[in-house]
Amino acid sequence: MPIILWTDALVFLLIACGIGSGFYIGRREYLLASWRRVGESRAGMAALTVLAAFIVLGLLDSLHYRPRLEAVAGQPANGYSSEVRSALDALLLPLRSGTEKTYSAPLATHLYARETVELPDGTQARVFPRLRHGGAHLQDPVEEWARDVSWKVARGLAFAVLAGLTFAAIAVQAAALRWGVGWPAAWRRIRRGETQFAWNAVLATLAVLLLLGGPVAALAGGYHVFGTDKVGQDVLYLTLKSIRTGLVIGTITTLAMLPFAVALGIVAGYLGGWVDDVIQYLYTTLNSIPGVLLIAASVLMMQVVIDTHPDWFATSAQRADARLLALCFILGVTSWTGLCRLLRAETLKLRELDYVQAAQAFGASATGIMGRHILPNVMHIVLIAVVMDFSGLVLAEAVLSYIGIGVDPSTISFGTMINTARLELAREPVVWWSLVAAFAFMFVLVLAANLFSDAVRDAFDPRIAGRRIAATAQGQAA
Amino acid sequence: MSLLRVEGLRTCLLSAAGIVRAVDDVSFDVEAGETFALLGESGCGKSMTALSLMRLLPDAGSIVGGQVLLDGRDLLALSEAEMRDVRGREMAMIFQEPATSLNPVLSVGRQIVEVLERHTPMQGTAARRRALELVDAVGIPDPARRLDEFPFQLSGGMKQRVMIAMALAGDPRLLIADEPTTALDVTIQAQVLGLLGQLQRDRNMGMLLISHDLGIVSQLAQRVGVMYAGELVEVAARGAFFASPKHPYTHKLFAALPRPERRGGTLETIPGSVPPLTTIFSGCRFAERCPRAWARCREEVPAWHVASDGHAVRCHLYDPEQAGESGRHRAAASVAPFSTDTGATSPPAGAPLLEVADLKMHFPIRKGVFQRVAGQVKAVDGVSLRLTLGRTLALVGESGCGKTTAGKAILQLLRPTGGSVRFEGEELTALPPARLRALRADMQIVFQDPYGSLDPRMRVGDIIEEGMAALDTASGRAARDRRIDELLERVGLSAGMRGRYPHEFSGGQRQRIAIARALAVAPRLLVCDEPTSALDVSVQAQILNLLKELQASLGLAYLFITHNIAVVEYLAHEIAVMYLGRIVERGTVEEILQDPKHPYTEALLSAVPRLDAEGQRPVIVLKGDMPSPANPPAGCHFHPRCPRVMPQCARAYPAETLLGGARSVRCFLYE
Repeated sequence: MPIILWTDALVFLLIACGIGSGFYIGRREYLLASWRRVGESRAGMAALTVLAAFIVLGLLDSLHYRPRLEAVAGQPANGYSSEVRSALDALLLPLRSGTEKTYSAPLATHLYARETVELPDGTQARVFPRLRHGGAHLQDPVEEWARDVSWKVARGLAFAVLAGLTFAAIAVQAAALRWGVGWPAAWRRIRRGETQFAWNAVLATLAVLLLLGGPVAALAGGYHVFGTDKVGQDVLYLTLKSIRTGLVIGTITTLAMLPFAVALGIVAGYLGGWVDDVIQYLYTTLNSIPGVLLIAASVLMMQVVIDTHPDWFATSAQRADARLLALCFILGVTSWTGLCRLLRAETLKLRELDYVQAAQAFGASATGIMGRHILPNVMHIVLIAVVMDFSGLVLAEAVLSYIGIGVDPSTISFGTMINTARLELAREPVVWWSLVAAFAFMFVLVLAANLFSDAVRDAFDPRIAGRRIAATAQGQAA
Repeated sequence: MSLLRVEGLRTCLLSAAGIVRAVDDVSFDVEAGETFALLGESGCGKSMTALSLMRLLPDAGSIVGGQVLLDGRDLLALSEAEMRDVRGREMAMIFQEPATSLNPVLSVGRQIVEVLERHTPMQGTAARRRALELVDAVGIPDPARRLDEFPFQLSGGMKQRVMIAMALAGDPRLLIADEPTTALDVTIQAQVLGLLGQLQRDRNMGMLLISHDLGIVSQLAQRVGVMYAGELVEVAARGAFFASPKHPYTHKLFAALPRPERRGGTLETIPGSVPPLTTIFSGCRFAERCPRAWARCREEVPAWHVASDGHAVRCHLYDPEQAGESGRHRAAASVAPFSTDTGATSPPAGAPLLEVADLKMHFPIRKGVFQRVAGQVKAVDGVSLRLTLGRTLALVGESGCGKTTAGKAILQLLRPTGGSVRFEGEELTALPPARLRALRADMQIVFQDPYGSLDPRMRVGDIIEEGMAALDTASGRAARDRRIDELLERVGLSAGMRGRYPHEFSGGQRQRIAIARALAVAPRLLVCDEPTSALDVSVQAQILNLLKELQASLGLAYLFITHNIAVVEYLAHEIAVMYLGRIVERGTVEEILQDPKHPYTEALLSAVPRLDAEGQRPVIVLKGDMPSPANPPAGCHFHPRCPRVMPQCARAYPAETLLGGARSVRCFLYE
């Protein structure tokens, strides 16, 4: 039975908005020109490729359903499990179900903790027992491990090379058709970066992703690539599941923040007077309360509400999801002030421009002017703020979950992983892999988001882009 | 040997569109004690020439050929460290915009001393003493106090004087002045031009003056070079140049100038625009726009032809071998028709369309925590005007006198503080917003800045449609579309341009779009707020022609707000001169231009640089700057600057003296 959680609905809404604005941009030359500049940026496109990989994983993880219950002996199979799963869970079934007893190191065949076992001769001994799933197919782990691992890595690499070549072939074929040249010529152009869109960066990033992903996928079939955590869950599975949480926080929070920031910022700047005063007082007040305190207070109140109404939620996943959504809104409501201030300032400037005055001379209404003239002319600021905020919000989730006011403890996220890693680091011998895995994935995600937002800012910021346009215009005029 | 000799200078800029040859084979000399003027429209490479001489090109630019000899020393061969000694010490530069050329966080004294300490052995107090002398020499009153002030405390004219003082600090032999007065008002411009001329004579400096204004060039220069599309096309001594310009481009420039004797006729325009400098020219660069071009012009690059008096021109017309051919062309051109339309615009009788009485626009100055009103900026303080259909009233004044505010207050874009504005007898100031909206179709506005007045995010068609949609003047999509096409054709653009965005158009074309937008709702009153001041002369002529033609065919009334007297002379029927929020003199254009009564009008008219420098009345240079409207002087606002001030002027503001007809003046001299 498919289930659409609240955050899923909003994620789909966002995608619909994305597609819609794609069509909108396609019809407007000046917007298209800016996006083409984003497409020319190599770093930006490489980052976008990485982000796309994350987004695909996140989307797979947003297709939720409740599996049909297996017919238990004597009872007809007419119910659904109370557990909500996603398409990603189904794909990663071996990882999800292959739980161990407790910690195990990456690619290990034995547990990380000693256990007292009863030997066949009746005596007891404290040994590192074999894992139930990691390397279970090996007869003699000591002998076979290295060979098996290298074989799997080689297979993964071979698969990666194959997949990479397929992608490259598709790209070259498309390019060859487009320019009407042969394959070698098309390949040369792509490789040398003579294309307007940074195809070579995309293909190179894709190659790196495949070369890393192929072996991991191959190894994941027989081992816990990033080890297991305290209750024996596969850490790779946890990190992959964390991606959705990060993306949801990063995007839906902006969705919650934008209406406040855009509407209040433009209204304050355009109307001025007492409206401006009220809005300014509102955001200065909000700004002067320590952010974490405000968020903590809101989260704790929300938690109480959720806990006192268990009947609202059919499943625990829905409850955790409600908490995630609420966190997004709380973050959104407390973080709109910065963008609002920027937009107010920009509107103050635009309001005095001649074309706005010309519209006033036509007797156009204030809402009409704000919608037709001001909003389109501040959209670049909104866009830049949104992509720049994304990485900040992903990090904010980690911090909030770490101090215990973030997502529901049952929701897998980078923050909760880092939070549990606190104890693991204090333990002897140290368990480092959860922290490293969470850190590495989050780092790559945030780095990609930052690089991409840099590219977007370079293309849209009139102070940077304007210089380029001015140079071009000067060249044409001179 | 000449002080500066530029030989075959070539400068290229890298841009997305390709290599821009901004300066292409430019050669000229500047003698010590001589002013050489580079004249040309924007985008002709004048400023790039100056920056190349200073070796201050932008990163994308580089000098690819030629020599720049200053006293025989090749500047292009110097190292950057040596060049730093040349800049400021041997040649100095004054830029166009004084507001951005000074560092806002350092006192002006500090900035002058910095130059002195860098280029002269003077240090500390000696340098400061010298700075004081310099500031005094450029005519800044109370120099000791001004030295410790910051740029924001000085007016534009003062800042330009400080810039000049800084340029003089190193005692340079050559001064490069890049449009030194373009950002200044006419009366301040007169002060600065006078100062530059005098300093140059006193110090026997060479000066390279860069300007687009023929008047300024005629006033200051001894020799003139005309630049077009990156190259010099004509070089001559001032007298010969103004008496008989030779190159067709120069001819056109002169013909495009609005002048009183051309009233009623149309101004000459140059078709097309300056070609992009990325093109590789195979013939004369001006051939495409030249009315006298023939096949040879497109095939062969013209050589320099030097007449006996040193008047050099780069045009096939003056090729001796071409005598027969060019004679024919010259003859054809010399009958350049100029329609001297004598059908003098007779004042149509009838009720006034617009009647403004005692209009006041005050802005409160708020201070303190509680925002108490501490004073008033009286931007417009009792302005009265009358305007009938088919007539043009010019509202003339310098920046800050409140003329734009007055225009906006008349249109009710700003709600006036007091007074009355009657449009066809209907009182606008008391009208409820809904009724006012209905009247908006009758009065429209055209703005100064063609780049700021069109929304960059909207297509041209949508921009023009906006007014029709807001005021619902043409109902139905199809009717509106037809009207948009019609309007675009009407203002000299094509209907096919409606799908384009404003950035694809040049300044002149944008101004046409802005006019089409205003016309879309069929107004009867058009407020033109300096519609041509951001445009080149030839483009200005196109817009003025268009405005004049529209007035003749549609019977529009124009309220023309401007500081450009030449445009007023050409276009206006009546003039109102404004000073510090009040109208000091009113009358018909002939009355005021022939016989200005108010001392301010007199000074304003005399300060306009004229081409016929010999026949010009002496320039009345006003002292100081316009006072702030927040704190106007007691009595007559003009009395602190007035050359004919009397004791009673400081006591009360003079009442309006009617001098017959529509003529009136507010000055005690005529009471």
